[in-house]
Amino acid sequence: MNDVLDTAWVLVALPLAGALLLLTWGKESDRFGHWIGTAASAASFVWGVVLFVALAGRDAGDRSVTTNLFTWFDAGRVRVDMALTYDQLSALFVLLITGVGTLIHVYSIGYMADDPRRRRFFAFLNLFVASMLTLVLAADYLVLFLGWEGVGLASYLLIGFWQHKPSAAAAAQKAFVMNRVGDLGMVIAIALMLAHLGTTDIDRVATGVPALSQGVVTALGLLLLLGACGKSAQVPLQAWLLDAMEGPTPVSALIHAATMVTAGVYLIVRSSAIFDASETARLAVVAVGLVTLLVGAAIGCAKDDIKKALAGSTMSQIGYMTLAAGLGPAGYAFAIFHLVTHGFFKANMFLGAGSVMHGTGDDVDMRHYGALRTAMPITFFTFAAGYLAIIGFPGLSGFWSKDKIIETAFGFNVWVGLGTLLGAGVTAFYMTRLMVMTFLGRKRWRDGVHPHESPAVMTVPLVVLAALSVLGGVMLLGHWITDWLAPVVGEAHHEELPVPAIVLTLLVLVVVVAGVALAWATYGRREVAADAPADREVGWWTRAARHELYGNAVNDALVVRPTGQLVRGVTAFDRQVVAGAVGGLAGLFRDASQGLGRLQTGFVRSYALVLFAGAAALAAALLAVTIA
Amino acid sequence: MMLTALALLPLVGGLVLALAPRGDWGRWFAVAVTGATLALSLAVLARYDVDAGGMQLTEQRTWIEPMGVHYALGVDGLGLTLVLLTTVLTPFVVLAALRDRLPASEGASNGYLAWMLVLEGLAIGVFCATDVFLFYVLFEATLVPIYFLIGSYGTAGRGRAAIGFLVYNLVGGLVMLAAVVGLYVLSADAGEPSYLLTDLQQLDLGVWTERLLFVGFFLAFAIKAPLWPLHTWLPDAAGAATPATSVLMVSVIDKIGTFGMIRFCLGLFPGASEWASPVVMVLAVISIVYGALLAIGADDLRRLVALTSVSHFGFIVLGVFALTTTSMAGSVLYMLNHGLSTAVLFLVTGVMIAQRGSADVAAFGGVQRIAPIMSGMLLIGGLSSLSLPGMAPFVSELLVIVGTFSREPVLGSIAALGIVLAAVYVLRLYRRTMTGPLSPDVGGMRDLGTREVAALSPFVVLIVALGFYPQPLLDVIEPAVDEVSHVVGVGDPEPRTPAPVAQSETHEEGH
Repeated sequence: MNDVLDTAWVLVALPLAGALLLLTWGKESDRFGHWIGTAASAASFVWGVVLFVALAGRDAGDRSVTTNLFTWFDAGRVRVDMALTYDQLSALFVLLITGVGTLIHVYSIGYMADDPRRRRFFAFLNLFVASMLTLVLAADYLVLFLGWEGVGLASYLLIGFWQHKPSAAAAAQKAFVMNRVGDLGMVIAIALMLAHLGTTDIDRVATGVPALSQGVVTALGLLLLLGACGKSAQVPLQAWLLDAMEGPTPVSALIHAATMVTAGVYLIVRSSAIFDASETARLAVVAVGLVTLLVGAAIGCAKDDIKKALAGSTMSQIGYMTLAAGLGPAGYAFAIFHLVTHGFFKANMFLGAGSVMHGTGDDVDMRHYGALRTAMPITFFTFAAGYLAIIGFPGLSGFWSKDKIIETAFGFNVWVGLGTLLGAGVTAFYMTRLMVMTFLGRKRWRDGVHPHESPAVMTVPLVVLAALSVLGGVMLLGHWITDWLAPVVGEAHHEELPVPAIVLTLLVLVVVVAGVALAWATYGRREVAADAPADREVGWWTRAARHELYGNAVNDALVVRPTGQLVRGVTAFDRQVVAGAVGGLAGLFRDASQGLGRLQTGFVRSYALVLFAGAAALAAALLAVTIA
Repeated sequence: MMLTALALLPLVGGLVLALAPRGDWGRWFAVAVTGATLALSLAVLARYDVDAGGMQLTEQRTWIEPMGVHYALGVDGLGLTLVLLTTVLTPFVVLAALRDRLPASEGASNGYLAWMLVLEGLAIGVFCATDVFLFYVLFEATLVPIYFLIGSYGTAGRGRAAIGFLVYNLVGGLVMLAAVVGLYVLSADAGEPSYLLTDLQQLDLGVWTERLLFVGFFLAFAIKAPLWPLHTWLPDAAGAATPATSVLMVSVIDKIGTFGMIRFCLGLFPGASEWASPVVMVLAVISIVYGALLAIGADDLRRLVALTSVSHFGFIVLGVFALTTTSMAGSVLYMLNHGLSTAVLFLVTGVMIAQRGSADVAAFGGVQRIAPIMSGMLLIGGLSSLSLPGMAPFVSELLVIVGTFSREPVLGSIAALGIVLAAVYVLRLYRRTMTGPLSPDVGGMRDLGTREVAALSPFVVLIVALGFYPQPLLDVIEPAVDEVSHVVGVGDPEPRTPAPVAQSETHEEGH
């Protein structure tokens, strides 16, 4: 079939070529390298639009095209094709990744203008886009894993982009290693698929699921969830995300907010056949999502570092998506809907934060901001659009997408619903706090800081993303997004709600208003201290949230320190016991041979002697046998 | 005669280098000879009929008639893969070694290079030998060049390390010798004595005789490979060797151990191999985790890289003794891939050590600032070593894990822990040496030069190429693995509930 939709590989090839070009071209490309990177991403976006239009022009039942490029490897009982599936779900992701990705490329031209390694930065961004597209287009779990690890590598390289900072290098390592813990789940899941189904082709796995025993399906679901937790910074593998803010801000916007960190949600939705078949696995997904959405929100309330506050918020919002994905067919489409709108407004706000940092000499402490609305009007207005979207101001994108998740959560279980409702209130609180501390109130600028608006190359992407944050809700018009995704994730059957949907919506609004009011009363009406109160002056709750609910301490106590002790123990054991016992024997020989060596002046002769002895023994033995 | 020529070319080259008058000509002569060997090996590859499989390009002559010893060579997919590993690695290793600072000379002396060529020739012979006695002789002979490469040309502590290496490996060799003699006895008992693999395979061994002989061979190979707890000689030897020696020793010669396990342990003693497989698999899994933990704790760059190899050899041995075609194909591929990534790691750390004058990880810091290409190469070698998808070792490691998992889910899962630990030792190494503020002590370091980049680039290209398209090599490997698997007769467990295939037919057309 010669079809334009068979050319999905072009989407990946363009940014991949960009990355290779930028990595291998010499210094002379420093002047225009960033344009190559941006053009590669933009071209991929244009191609994405072309394909999307072609896909939308087809019948609803005919919107999945799988293209087999070549056989990646075929050995023993394993055959993996380098195959891409372009369907409704991947098409949406392609647009999100390349669209937001291109805007962030453009923005980075300005943001990284003074960095001597800007060309390499764009190479890594291109590498990321290519990997992320591989991840969402993959028709096989192993190809997906290729993209999965590729984005992990790009994330590692970009978090640690400023390698001379030990904190950045440490954060990069932490992110990669914690992700690898999740990958362990992915690899074992893949092994389990092969052992039971004999394939890792996503479609074939889906068709094979009904034949599997309940235990195997649940195991598959939980293992994939472990992978998702790593990539999407969900409890218990959440601790790397806040440290990842060490990377340049455009990286935080693209990788650690809009796209890569949502890959876990994608994985769950893409594996819907597995999760549909296991209630236990779904329940685990809901639990992880609920806990993370509250933990992330709590962290967002206490951080004074604008990027870390936003990172806490990202965790929390992904928690919403994960929770929605755990609700099964009723929630898959809404998880993706919120994923897309969140991609818009969170990228918008991260880039806004970057613009603020750009204007204040790379200060990230919100206590040193205040009253920036006049100094940076475009940043302020675009940020405000993102702010209103995330708290769910009626009519804006976040309002529609979050409302749907809360509604579905109530349909599943009242307590889970109440958890999402509480989360909405806390979201309103921490975002209002962030908004007030940054843009409103009085100046708390440090000496010598003269905030100024960013150049057009940075503000134009902000304006575009702000517009998307406001208008993203149109995807829900006439149930477009649920109908569009239905062939991939199944039809939703509506649960009975405890109260009418409209009452629920009003309830959410009341909670949001309460959150905003509380934040306004705390930070808007009162003066914000230019220095954070010390830990002992704040309540235990604030203290805990500041320390990310002691997630790092838990990891340290449960994993890092025991592993360190194990390493030291094994090293000592190896030196003393193993080398001692085995080496003792060898040592015996060594002493003997050294004795000989001394007699004969040199090791060579001792070796010759041993060899000769061996040969003589052999000859004697052979002779003896032959004669016998 | 092609295989004889292939083995003789570097051997003769080595002899010429050793006997001819000294001079700078030797360096380029060594590069030329190894380059020619590479070209000749590619000709061998071209002559090899991949679709037919089996032993090809065979040569056979009677050597010691009363003992049934033959000069018999031949390659199948397994041997060919390892011959190619040898011939591809050596020229670039020699190129990288040209300016090695040696105890007695500044820059590589002809003697040093001569031993490398001799080692290459012997290695090729080992991988081609189809007569057990010939194999044994060549196997033991490889000890001599390594002994001198470490003992005469190594760094501090070389004498002790060389003796340690020799004694350890000789012990293994002597145990194997007993088994080789035993084979003769049995073969003579059965009629005409013969050391030919094909004849020995026909022998009817008693259960316990077979197991004893298996143990004799296996011990020697387990020391070579090296398998826990027989691994301690490797970091000691690598810690005192030049980077080039380490590459040849770990990437090529140690593969004789895993090669031998497949060729001789599985090929001649299939019943005993199956009998021993649970124990060996457990030892292999211990190697994976244990080697990785030691690597995390290591402070000496050379020992660190050697210890990562203990972990990787664990994977290779695991795949072999899981006895599935999937895991065995993975193991054979892994032998080559491990050779490539370890070569990069040894050579880059070698340059680092030479420039800094210290092998201590803590002696570095922030090197990325002044040597971006060097740090990039270290990272590529490291990412390859941690089996990042898109790099060659990933496919092989995955095949080993899933193949093992299909028979032993628990061992397969524990082995998978290696992917987390590998990330820790690789990224820790990179972070401690390359990132952070520039340490004042490394100010004198410079970035990789053209010669060094030229030596490393082929490995990088191969690592990425084989990461995305390993199939041509797998096509070479598979028939050999199928044959061994057929001999052993265990094979791959069927998927419990195979997913319907019909689905994929329609979906390639879209649905």
